[in-house]
Amino acid sequence: MIFGLYLSVLALASEGGGSLIDVNPGVVFWTFVTFIVLLLILKKFAWKPILTALDQRETAIKESLEKAEIAKQEAQKVLDQNQVNLAKAEEESKNIINQSRVYADKLKDQIVQEGKEQAKKIIDEAAAEIDRKKEAAFNELKSQIAEIAVNAAEKILRDNLDKEAQKKIVNKYIGEITKN
Amino acid sequence: MFATEISKSIAIADTVKKTAENNSDPSWIMHHVLDGNSINFEPFGTLYLPHLQLFGIDISITKHVFFIWVVALLLILISISAARKYKNTLVPKGIANFLEIIIVFVRDEIVKPAIGKGFESYLPYMLTLFFFILLSNLFGLVPYAATITGNIAVTASLAIISFIVTQYSGMKTYGVLKYFKNLVPSGMPVLIIPVMALIELIGLFTKPFALCVRLFANMVAGHIVIFSLLGLIFIMHTYVVAPVSVGFALFIELLELLVALIQAYVFTMLTALFIGMAKHMEH
Repeated sequence: MIFGLYLSVLALASEGGGSLIDVNPGVVFWTFVTFIVLLLILKKFAWKPILTALDQRETAIKESLEKAEIAKQEAQKVLDQNQVNLAKAEEESKNIINQSRVYADKLKDQIVQEGKEQAKKIIDEAAAEIDRKKEAAFNELKSQIAEIAVNAAEKILRDNLDKEAQKKIVNKYIGEITKN
Repeated sequence: MFATEISKSIAIADTVKKTAENNSDPSWIMHHVLDGNSINFEPFGTLYLPHLQLFGIDISITKHVFFIWVVALLLILISISAARKYKNTLVPKGIANFLEIIIVFVRDEIVKPAIGKGFESYLPYMLTLFFFILLSNLFGLVPYAATITGNIAVTASLAIISFIVTQYSGMKTYGVLKYFKNLVPSGMPVLIIPVMALIELIGLFTKPFALCVRLFANMVAGHIVIFSLLGLIFIMHTYVVAPVSVGFALFIELLELLVALIQAYVFTMLTALFIGMAKHMEH
């Protein structure tokens, strides 16, 4: 279709003044000059800085991506290490707790044992003390009773009383003893 | 679309004038696509351009030369202002961002796959070529402006530059003698070699010729179709056909936007391919 149109344009052109396919050397000359100057100017002032910037940006992006990847790997490593450490620490703490529990049990038993022994010892000592005191008290009582009896006999003998009176006196002293 | 409307109204005004002057003369269409020594700024007047001579060759500043310079200047302004944005940051905004899309496209989708290793040294040329053709094509749609890629002298010059770059890259890679020897595929029967050599030699020249004619014909065709459609109104002497004409012209105008992009892409792509073929001749 375009080709047909092109032919009709050529036909039109031959009727009109100039022709579409007349190559004007002046235009060729200026196109060359303009294009080459344009190329040189743009190359120096536009394409070079833009392309350099694009390259820089691409390298920067590539590098940051690579860095991010490395950082990610390192973080993963650290995380794994942390998890291992955590597991280790947990194990250790469990061990420590278990050990301390065993130790505490032992200590408890020991303390209880000691306490029991101590108590027994104290009780024994107390019992011995009580026995001793009891004996001493009994001895004193015995000596007092003897003294009272001697005193009573002394009084009876001094007063020289009849049977009746003697009985009374003896009863009276015996009553005193019981009272004491 | 504002620009489209203006260009259409100008075209209509101009058409009316021309048809009033000479009812049967079809040259008013050609007036829009042909080169000339004046730039028409109707209704504000006409700018007459100077005539120049160099070694007996007429190098007058014509309408198209003027617009080549306008396009070149515009391109310099745009791209340098974009390049300056990269000075402070690696991630610029605005026009640099827009230009960057095209630059990256030309680099990664056209030049890199077509030329392969060592494509970096061809990038400035390829980018200049692409942007120059694109801007020229788009400039043709602007009111008052001329389509410089619709001038066969301009497209021929671009094609010759592309031809020179292609041959240079081939000769640089293989050396002059080996380059021409490589034109004929190895392992051919002796009798066929002269024929192949002739065909390949002609092929060298048909490639830029095709480049030249393709761009020129595409750019001229769209404009002539638009003017022809609008001309229908005056040929038929009725306003009834106007909505249809304007509608179709608008459609072609939009199509031209697409064609402008495609032709810039095709020219650059083919040049890159030819360079790639010249650099890697192992068949």
